[in-house]
Amino acid sequence: MWWITETVAGVITLSCKEAMQHHGISLSMEGIVNLQLSSKSVGVFEAFYNSVKPIQLISNNIEVAKAGKIPGGKTEIPFEFPLNTKGNKVLYETYHGVFVNIQYTLRCDLKRSLLAKDLSRNCEFMVHCQPQKAKVVPTPVKFSITPESLQNTREKSLLPRFLIRGHLDATSCVISQPLTGEVVVEKSEVPVKSIELQLVRVETCGCAEGYARDATEIQNIQIAEGDVCHGLPIPIYMVFPRLFTCPTLETTNFKVEFEINIVIVLHDDHLITENFPLKLCRV
Amino acid sequence: MASVQWRSRGRNYEAELQRCHHEAVPVEFGDYHPLKPIMVTDTKTRRGTRKGSTSSSSSSSSSAPADPLSSMLDGTDPLSMFAAASSGETSAMSHSSSTGDLGRKKRIKEEEVLGADFEPWSTKRGEILARFTTTEKLSINLFMGSDKAPNPGSSAVSEKVRTRLEELDDLEEGSQRQLLNLSQQDYANRIEELNQSLKEAWSTDQKVKALKIVIQCSKLLSDTSVIQFYPSKFVLITDILDTFGRLVYERIWTMCSDPRPLPDSFTAEDVNDTAKETCLNWFFKIASIRELLPRLYVETAILKCNNFLSKLGVQETLPRLTAMIRGIGDPLVASYARAYLCRVGMEVAPHLKESLNANFFDLLTTFRQISGDSVQKQLHIQRVEVPVYLTLYSPAINWILQCIAYRAPEQLLTEMMERCKMMANNALLLNSIMRAFRPEFVATRATDFISMIKDCDESGFPKHLLYRSLGRSLACADPPESERLTILNDAWKVITKVRNPQDYMNCAEIWVEFTCRHFTKREVNTVLADIIKHMTPDRAFEDAYPQLQSVIRKILTYFHDFSALFSMERFLPFLDMFQKDSVRVEVCKFIMEVFIKHQLELTRDPVILNAMLHICKTMHDSVNSLTLEDEKRSLALLIIGFVRMVSFGRDFEQQLSFCVEARATFCNLEPVLVQLIHTVNQLAMETRRVMRGNHSRKTAAFVRACAAYCFISIPSLSSIFSRLNLYLLSGQVALANQCLSQADAFLKAAVSILPEVPRSISVEGKLRSSENFLLDFINNFLATLLVVPDHPEHGVLYLVRGLLNMVQDYTWEENSDAKVRVYISALPLLAAMCQETYLYSIPKVDSNETLYGGDPKFLSEINKLCETLIGQILDHLKVLTRDESVRRQSALAFSLFGVLLAHGDLRNNKLSQLSINLWNLSHKHGYCEARVSVRTLEYIKHQAQQPDMAHLSDTIQRLVLQSRT
Repeated sequence: MWWITETVAGVITLSCKEAMQHHGISLSMEGIVNLQLSSKSVGVFEAFYNSVKPIQLISNNIEVAKAGKIPGGKTEIPFEFPLNTKGNKVLYETYHGVFVNIQYTLRCDLKRSLLAKDLSRNCEFMVHCQPQKAKVVPTPVKFSITPESLQNTREKSLLPRFLIRGHLDATSCVISQPLTGEVVVEKSEVPVKSIELQLVRVETCGCAEGYARDATEIQNIQIAEGDVCHGLPIPIYMVFPRLFTCPTLETTNFKVEFEINIVIVLHDDHLITENFPLKLCRV
Repeated sequence: MASVQWRSRGRNYEAELQRCHHEAVPVEFGDYHPLKPIMVTDTKTRRGTRKGSTSSSSSSSSSAPADPLSSMLDGTDPLSMFAAASSGETSAMSHSSSTGDLGRKKRIKEEEVLGADFEPWSTKRGEILARFTTTEKLSINLFMGSDKAPNPGSSAVSEKVRTRLEELDDLEEGSQRQLLNLSQQDYANRIEELNQSLKEAWSTDQKVKALKIVIQCSKLLSDTSVIQFYPSKFVLITDILDTFGRLVYERIWTMCSDPRPLPDSFTAEDVNDTAKETCLNWFFKIASIRELLPRLYVETAILKCNNFLSKLGVQETLPRLTAMIRGIGDPLVASYARAYLCRVGMEVAPHLKESLNANFFDLLTTFRQISGDSVQKQLHIQRVEVPVYLTLYSPAINWILQCIAYRAPEQLLTEMMERCKMMANNALLLNSIMRAFRPEFVATRATDFISMIKDCDESGFPKHLLYRSLGRSLACADPPESERLTILNDAWKVITKVRNPQDYMNCAEIWVEFTCRHFTKREVNTVLADIIKHMTPDRAFEDAYPQLQSVIRKILTYFHDFSALFSMERFLPFLDMFQKDSVRVEVCKFIMEVFIKHQLELTRDPVILNAMLHICKTMHDSVNSLTLEDEKRSLALLIIGFVRMVSFGRDFEQQLSFCVEARATFCNLEPVLVQLIHTVNQLAMETRRVMRGNHSRKTAAFVRACAAYCFISIPSLSSIFSRLNLYLLSGQVALANQCLSQADAFLKAAVSILPEVPRSISVEGKLRSSENFLLDFINNFLATLLVVPDHPEHGVLYLVRGLLNMVQDYTWEENSDAKVRVYISALPLLAAMCQETYLYSIPKVDSNETLYGGDPKFLSEINKLCETLIGQILDHLKVLTRDESVRRQSALAFSLFGVLLAHGDLRNNKLSQLSINLWNLSHKHGYCEARVSVRTLEYIKHQAQQPDMAHLSDTIQRLVLQSRT
């Protein structure tokens, strides 16, 4: 795992039974953003689909060893790459999403004579972006859910009466720290079946021609099960999964954002959802 | 060698004795004796070192008890001393705090490790498993892999990529396994299988599969379908979680110990990065478990691993997990989750008390849910009564409270109690408080507790359970003196109203201890009466034997005065309730053991005798043909113990009549009969002692009665050697008491059963030749015969002849010299009989010396007999000429030589010639030990210097010592 502006360093380890002739060993580093469209959007943006090309962030190539011979046994060749961009390009943090993938790889090639195949190895390495200098001041967000506060319901009068209050300690969160808060079921006519926290990512791919925005679930965590005691605060706590989250990202070509849903399921299978957009960052 | 002539050497025993004595130095009995108990005079030092850690100086009571063995048992035995010393050490450690670096270190250790006074979970475990059982069918639902099936919440996003627990999903076993209709035992087996497969998966490096198993198992804990079984299910499943926690911890531990093992008190800085990363990985993986309960349980299971990551890890995690439990809706599930958290918390960080308290307060808050609709509905569906439901909580709450109460200040406990008082439906809590808090704490507030119990709602938690818990505390700690009677009255008032005999008995059993501890036999008697009253209808006692037994046990722990015990009107009727034979005998055995241990004085108390006879008879009557030997032996030992405790003092006749009665009662146990015969013989000797040897007419009749008793009893024994020895012993006793005809009869009887002695007898289960036993007996018998006067109506030496005839006719083992050995040993007897004054005699009994007064006819009779014997011996020696038997020949010849030397008159030429021949014969084949020969020669030389023995010097000239060339 490397921070941006650091130097990627390591060793190439070659092991062979006996001495081997080769035509040079080279090592290349590459950073790419892959954009993909969801099947939902394919019909509309078919023409556009094809035009989405991977965006190259960084590319470096060095020759590690000239053509020659390596002795039998284990050989270790150290190497170093600076993690710096050329020009005005920006490096992003490693991220594996559904429609957006930011990936950094090292590729080592060993060229051999015509008769033998060239050898190559791929290896992914993680990149974390530079922590923000600015301090994040947590601002608690309170919420209160009642039948009246709900949107997109047809007949509010048919809903059972309930009052659920609570707060999130912050909506701009530090990625390495858990999301915290509290939720209190003050009253509910129908017993609660389950309360869940749903972490959703919203990926937007697009450019001048238009854009595709897709929300997908990353992680769903149950924080309450069954008819919980009324009036007793239940903690909200979620660790952001590594790899599947990254600091909120906004570029000209694509966006990666995160949201949290508090989902309350009642015993008659009513589903109440409260949505909070999150801003993730690194400190 | 033609006929031999025997002349006995004349002996002057007194002169010989004098000769032996003039060199003898009286033995000084020094102060030192190895068996004497060690005397500790300085007891002060012991008290002084009490607090120190190393004192294990052997200490013992300074009064020297008579019997060194019994003093060993007085608690000075080295093992228990070590145990006491080490326990003292630990307690000393907890006190020796503060000063010094060492003290500080020790204190830290003390905080981290739970003391021995903390009742561990393992003891509760079995209790819970045994108590919460069900006959209903159980089911296990395992969704290996596809754990998304019941997931209403996720429908919010219709199209989703299943990234959650990705690693888990792509393993095999994507199928859902559902096992229905399991009996309780099957269920336990299944869980154990899972435990095994967890270990297996772990050892084959399938960590993810292991995690999956654990998650699935903890998921089972959210299922409350057969609610009566829930506590047991909890126990079974937390076992798996414990296994898992241990595995993970050990794995990370070994990762850290790469260069060298981690010290016991490591900090996060000592842990290397790979280990930290692995540890973090586990936590991340667990944090992404979707469902609440598995996430909670699994994270709790590996709580200890937080120590690898940071110093405050555990301290921060505990409150978070505590708060997390609030999310569990079902109060029962939640309280058990709390119990588990407290348990792991206590193991990992016993000093963190805050989260324990937080757990308890949360628990109190959620208590109102029990009366809520969801729970009531569930109970209705499962048809479970509220009181039963409430008892399901007790293990969890007990445990939590126990954790809180452990070394907690008094003030905290008082606060807890006040809080509970304020709660509605507090019976359950009250019960747990009484169970978990220190007994002393409860005992001092017993009156408060009683009034609180009275105030409790009758419909909820069963009251008898409350009284039971209270009784349990009072059994180990004392309430204030003045309140004791009120407490007992109040408690018993309620207990006696309990209808269900089982419930009643459970309760009464515990309160008996309190009663015994503080009150007299009157109160105990009342309690016993009440128990009898409750347990007799419908033979309810049949189901309560263990409890009834424990009642007896408790009474006997506190009452050692058996006359008081048996004078309790209800004690024997209480014993009568044990109607199942095996239980009855067990109880009797127990009473007898206590009796033997604690009844130190001989007794003639008719109350004790009657009751004990009754008890012993019960034990005796349980013996049948199927009874094991060991069992018989132990029963016999107990009864013998009783017989030995009975003494009527000077009232010998009553003692004899007791023995008569006992013989009739215990006729099936031989050891008891043997003991009775010994007792009666002792009685006769005691009578003789009292009369100083001069029997009056009355006492003479009495000792004859004793002899008669023995004479009748002995034939009923089956062991031949018991019979022989007892005949001989009784004969000796009769002789000592001047009952000549009785003595004669005994000895005659002994002789007459000699042919019945089998060639081999079983000794400790092994078949062994009886020859040596028989030889021993005959030698003993011969020694007695010296003093037995001849019967006027029978010929001279009637008994000796009789014995020798029996020996002659007895079928000895082939190739055995036993017969000849008997002959050889008969010679000294015959020689002794020829003397003018016998070596020993019995006061007031005229032996043959007086009867015959050295009559030549008598002497020639003896000589003839000797000659016959020697003839027989020599005949036998002639047979032993074959190579393999020459060694025996040499030994026999030498022993005969010895006899001739000691008892024969060697002035007689023939005899002297015979002895020289025997000497040569024994040395012929070189089997004689040279040292013995040399010593013998020296002895003869020494003897030759005595007056009248000069002839020996001739003999010695002719004895050739074979050189060993």
